[in-house]
Amino acid sequence: MSAVADTHAQDHHHGPAKGMTRWLLTTNHKDIGSMYLIFSFAMFLLGGSMAMVIRAELFQPGLQIVEPEFFNQMTTMHGLIMVFGAVMPAFVGLANWMLPLMVGAPDMALPRMNNWSFWLLPAAFLMLVSTLFMQGGAPNFGWTFYAPLSTTYGPPSTTFFIFAVHIMGISSIMGAINVIATILNMRAPGMTLMKMPLFVWTWLITAFLLIAVMPVLAGVVTMMLMDINFGTSFFDAAGGGDPVLFQHVFWFFGHPEVYIMILPAFGVVSHIIPAFARKPLFGYASMVYAVGAIALLSFLVWAHHMFTVGIPIFGQLFFMYATMLIAVPTGVKVFNWVATMFRGSMTFETPMLFSVAFVILFTIGGFSGLMLAIAPADFQYHDTYFVVAHFHYVLVPGAIFGIFAAAYYWLPKWTGTMYDETLGKTHFWLSFVGMNLAFFPMHFLGLAGMPRRIPDYALQFADFNMVSSVGAFMFGATQLLFLFIVVKCVRGYGEKASAKPWEGAEGLEWTVPSPAPYHTFATPPDVK
Amino acid sequence: MHVHVKRAGALIAGSLLSASALADWQMNMSPGVTDTSNEIFGLHMTILWICVAIGVVVFGVMFWSIFAHRKSKGHKPAHFHENTVVEILWTIIPFAILVIMAIPATATLVDMYDTSESEVDIKVTGYQWRWKYDYIEDDFGYFSNMSTSRDEIYNRMEKSENYLLDVDNPMVIPAGKKVRLLLTANDVIHSWWVPNFGVKKDAIPGFINEIWVKVDKPGTYRGQCTELCGKDHGFMPVVVEVLPEEEYNLWLADQREAAEKERQLTEKDWTLEELVERGEGVYATACAACHGQDGSGGGGGAFPSLRGTPVVTEDIQAHLDIVVNGVSGTAMQAFGAQLSEADLAAVITYERNAWGNNTGEMVTPKEVFDYKNQ
Ligand code: HEC
Ligand SMILES: [Cu+2]
Repeated sequence: MSAVADTHAQDHHHGPAKGMTRWLLTTNHKDIGSMYLIFSFAMFLLGGSMAMVIRAELFQPGLQIVEPEFFNQMTTMHGLIMVFGAVMPAFVGLANWMLPLMVGAPDMALPRMNNWSFWLLPAAFLMLVSTLFMQGGAPNFGWTFYAPLSTTYGPPSTTFFIFAVHIMGISSIMGAINVIATILNMRAPGMTLMKMPLFVWTWLITAFLLIAVMPVLAGVVTMMLMDINFGTSFFDAAGGGDPVLFQHVFWFFGHPEVYIMILPAFGVVSHIIPAFARKPLFGYASMVYAVGAIALLSFLVWAHHMFTVGIPIFGQLFFMYATMLIAVPTGVKVFNWVATMFRGSMTFETPMLFSVAFVILFTIGGFSGLMLAIAPADFQYHDTYFVVAHFHYVLVPGAIFGIFAAAYYWLPKWTGTMYDETLGKTHFWLSFVGMNLAFFPMHFLGLAGMPRRIPDYALQFADFNMVSSVGAFMFGATQLLFLFIVVKCVRGYGEKASAKPWEGAEGLEWTVPSPAPYHTFATPPDVK
Repeated sequence: MHVHVKRAGALIAGSLLSASALADWQMNMSPGVTDTSNEIFGLHMTILWICVAIGVVVFGVMFWSIFAHRKSKGHKPAHFHENTVVEILWTIIPFAILVIMAIPATATLVDMYDTSESEVDIKVTGYQWRWKYDYIEDDFGYFSNMSTSRDEIYNRMEKSENYLLDVDNPMVIPAGKKVRLLLTANDVIHSWWVPNFGVKKDAIPGFINEIWVKVDKPGTYRGQCTELCGKDHGFMPVVVEVLPEEEYNLWLADQREAAEKERQLTEKDWTLEELVERGEGVYATACAACHGQDGSGGGGGAFPSLRGTPVVTEDIQAHLDIVVNGVSGTAMQAFGAQLSEADLAAVITYERNAWGNNTGEMVTPKEVFDYKNQ
């Protein structure tokens, strides 16, 4: 590996442009990665403040703060913004920054398209958020936007929502094409597929998932568009359409989508755990196969979101079995992570703390997922807070902790400065406690019978809702600390980071200096 | 203003107190009252314990490693990174557990899907935001609306025990009989759920879904709509009253009789005077709140006067249309499903002949019936 050789190759390159044009016109994967990450964090705060409104209203029974119409807009926008604005762009940002560094490529394969796929996002979200100010309000039909609530009965702003989804979809597809082209064509000589770092592997598979399902999402919103504006009846029973068709198409996108949000996080922790256990990842090959298996199975389980719509019993059984099967490769991954920690020599810096919490809490989310897979039991769980608890357990300590872990792990590489470890740990512990306080009681609420997406609830649900709200406020406020930590680091306040600040870290990204120069790997490194 | 704030504060404190007095920190599913719900509860507990057991083993190893294999304790890392036997084992064992779990789940599911040999059939229709129950064999049906008052919801009144879970007319079923429910919806998708029955199914426009329930223990059981269905999704409870068979039969006889009366009213030949007389009463309860006792409108112009307007004095079809179907996007609701044919005919006839609208025209219940069913 010849990192030092690269640095002097830098001299022949120009640095970043000055001023705004640097960001508007950049084709540099690091700049674009940073923009994705900043955008994603902004969306995380926006979507988070909507969650705060929701939890404030649910703090007590009765309507205190918002009206039901607005409450529904908040749940809808919270979901849409977190999924499409916070989690997905964050992983694309990580991919932009890290994939070229990890495979030893000078940049992404298609840099101009890269710029375009980023800049589509602010446009899409500007449009989506502007619906809040339109007559009739923002979309209010849940992030799953089931027809006919979202078509015949949707607010006028629905058409803007559809356009925004189209734009996000184009952005994601272009991002995915870029990832695939980069990984398949630009790996350093000697880096065979089975030598690729796991983050690269998981992103490769995620990109294929994106290309497979984003067009399906585009299809379903286009059908809505036609129903709303051009007189078709895809989903309108009165015109011979089929509201259940909507759900089949939506979840054919929607289930792989949840893996799109988690697989890159699998990759991240598969780097961090070995690094801080100072021991190679256990079962590299089985990790790769497990991710592949999960991705394939994710196309065969969509109707487990629809156990109550009345699909025939054979369909019901098929989707139940297929869903249960996903537990096997997921289990393999968890066992592998634990086996990696076993007999290691562990230290617990912030990235490791987030990764260990990831393994524990994601597994809990996996357990509730397994419970939800049991179709007869799902009749009781479905559309209750049990489901809300489940998907927040896989998304918050899953996707989002994965992103935090990645951010802390690679911040020294990005900024050249070590983050403040004490603050990082504080951020972790407050997030950990807040998150569990917010979401664990939701299991109880769901089991006791509280439906989801309601602005007010019966009195027996009062106590746990209050606990949950307190936890949510705690978690929400804590994220400002993260902003502070990162800004501090970017500004250069803190210890200077060496090229490889983590004793046990492996990979090409640690062979370039910290902060990573504007251009890296102009000549490819050799991988043995 | 200040007083208001204080009062609101006191009320909120009051409702908090009553809330905490009632709350029970329930943490688990309840086994419910039907065989189905008990079977589901059994499955739920089995899978829960399986998860706990796996969790104990996996997290046990993990916490042990975290505790013992840390650098600060001077632990030196091992270097193994695969072990085919172990890897095959932890693929096969979970698979076997899943197969074992799938067997009872399949059996329960087959049972839940068996809607044959029902003794009572009820059609359940979801509306924004209430339920309608039609007793198919007995030719009657009625709406079930939430009866919790706005004052309770907006914290102006203490919350009652069954806050948000009370309705005006519950669905009534006999104890010990297999009841089949045929679910559908009028507008958007709703979902009918009573946790204690272990029964939840979506009510979808254009579809009919079947479920069945057999409850042995008489009593009142409560649930809610569980599919987001718009603004008042949180305010459409499901309440089922299970009566012992004799009581159920009495109730049924009453309902049949009332329905029969209703039908006779529709069939009967009405005179203008009879309709106007009946219409006056209907108007007072259903319309006067907005249009004013004397038809002169209200709400500072928000609710139109019905005196001498073209709709009320000329275009009879438009009049029928507005009252039966409402004016969407305004406070004028569709009364077609809320009032009987006789009441609709009466109130329209009344409006066309009261307060100086002396058209002398009438609409008969039969005409309303035909209009609704055209
Ligand atoms: C909640 C308030 C409310 C109630 C209760 C109500 N209405 Fe109305 N009604 C309205 C409003 C508002 C309009 C105006 C709708 C529009 O903008 O076209 C209206 C319009 C009408 C009109 C058309 C008037 C015209 O000349 O255009 C008729 C007829 C009418 N209502 C009859 C009734 C009858 C009969 C009832 C009782 C069964 C009733 N309304 C109950 C609010 C109400
Ligand atoms: Cu509903």
